[in-house]
Amino acid sequence: MTEYFFISVFAIVALVVVGALLALSTILGPRNPTPQKLIPYECGIIPREEAKGRYPVRFATIAMLFIIFDIEVVFMYPWAVALDQLQLFGLIEMVVFIAILGIAYVYIWGRGGLEWD
Amino acid sequence: MWDEILTFLDPVLQPAFIIGTVKAAVIAVALLSVVPIIVWTERRLMGRFQVRLGPNRVGPLGLGQPLADTIKLLFKESIIQSSADKFLYHLAPAVVVFTAIVTFSVIPFGDSVTVFGQEIGFWGANVNSGILFVFAISGMGIYGMVLAGLASNNKYSLMGGLRSSAQMISYELTLGLSALSVIVMTGSLNLIDLVENQKDIPFILTQPLAFLLFFVAGVAETNRAPFDLPEAEQELVAGFHTEYTGMKFAMFMMGEYVNMVTMSSLVTLLFLGGWNSYGLPLWPILAFAGKVFALLCFFIWLRSTFPRLRYDRLMSFGWKVLLPLCLFNLLVTSVFKVMW
Repeated sequence: MTEYFFISVFAIVALVVVGALLALSTILGPRNPTPQKLIPYECGIIPREEAKGRYPVRFATIAMLFIIFDIEVVFMYPWAVALDQLQLFGLIEMVVFIAILGIAYVYIWGRGGLEWD
Repeated sequence: MWDEILTFLDPVLQPAFIIGTVKAAVIAVALLSVVPIIVWTERRLMGRFQVRLGPNRVGPLGLGQPLADTIKLLFKESIIQSSADKFLYHLAPAVVVFTAIVTFSVIPFGDSVTVFGQEIGFWGANVNSGILFVFAISGMGIYGMVLAGLASNNKYSLMGGLRSSAQMISYELTLGLSALSVIVMTGSLNLIDLVENQKDIPFILTQPLAFLLFFVAGVAETNRAPFDLPEAEQELVAGFHTEYTGMKFAMFMMGEYVNMVTMSSLVTLLFLGGWNSYGLPLWPILAFAGKVFALLCFFIWLRSTFPRLRYDRLMSFGWKVLLPLCLFNLLVTSVFKVMW
C-alpha cells in the first residue's frame, strides 16, 4: 500500500502544477474581450450554427469495437502472467478464445465494419 | 497528547517512507523540467533537418528559448469563447497534464542503490501491476482531448476530439496486445522484473515484431507525426485545442511531451533492456537516459521525415494490419513459451 501512497504524491504534485498553471494564466494575462474575439474560430467566417450537431456514426462503431477487443485484452493480461502455471491447458483455452473472437473479427471485416468512407 | 500523535504518525515517520515521498516529489518535478529540454531539442533538430538553424538567440545555444516561451505564454490573454462550457474547458488541459504526470510514477529508471543504510530505488513507486497501471492512467488522458473538443463548442475542435479519441482507442489495442507478448515471456507485470529478465538479451532481439508494433502504436498514442491526425493543420486548424490560448494551450503540449517521455521509457523498459548496458561501462541511469533520449530523437526524426497519414488509412491500418499482427505474434509467442 505504501507504494500506492507514493503514486498519490505524484498526483498531489500534478494537482499543484495544474492548479498553478491555470491560476497563473488567469491572473497574469491581460483581459480585454471584444465580441469578435469571443466567437468560435472558424477561419474568419462567422459561425452560423452550433458546433454540437450530428457527427458520423463511424465513431460510435469504433467505440463499440474497441470495447469488444479491449475486454479481450483485459482477459489476456492475467492469463499471460499465469501462463507458466497453466501450461498447455491455458494455451488451448486462449487459442479457442482468440479463435472465437477471430470469427467475430472476420465477420466485422466482411460486413464492412472496418471500412471508413 | 504528543505521544499519541507520534504513535499515530509512526508508520508515516519511518525513514523509508519519508525518503519515498521526497523521491516521488523530486521525480515529478524533474519530469516537468525535462519538458523544456525536449522542446528545445525538437526545435533545434527540426531546424537542422530543414537546413535552418532553429532557435539560437536566447541564452547559450538557444537553451533559454523554452523559458522565454513559457513566460510569454503565461502573460498572454486567455480567450474563452462565449458559448464554451467554462468548467469542462478548464478541466480538459488539467486532465491531460495530470494523467501524464501520474502515469510516470511507476516508471523505474535505474537499479536501487544503498545510501546510508537505506535502500533507494530509482523509481517513483514499485507496484506489481506496473504496466497495467501505465495503460490504465494514460488511457484516461483521452478524456482530456474529448472534453476539450466538446467544451470548446467549435466544429474543428469537436472533429479533432472525436478523431483523436477514435485513433487513440484503436491504437491502444495494439499497444496492449504487443506488450502482452513480452509479458508472456516474463510472466510479470512489474516493470522492474521486466528489466531484470533482459539481463542477457533485450527483448527487441527475441520479439522484433512486438517491438515494431509497440513503437508504431506508441507514436500513434502520443499523437505524434505521422499519426498527428487530431491536429492536422490543413483540415482541422489545430484539432481539439483550436480554441485554447496561452498557457492552457501550452498545457496540452506539456502533456504531449511528458507522454513522449513516458512512451520512450516504456519502449526502453519493455524492449531495449531498460538500464542494462550489455557490457558498456555506463551507469545504469545513464544507460537508461541515453536510450530514452535516442528514442525521443527518433520521434523527432519521424516527424520531419514522414508525411501525415490520411484518416481512413490510419484507421484501417490500425484495425486491419496491426491488430491481426499483434494476435498472431501473441499466439506464436505463447506457443513457443509453452512448448519450450
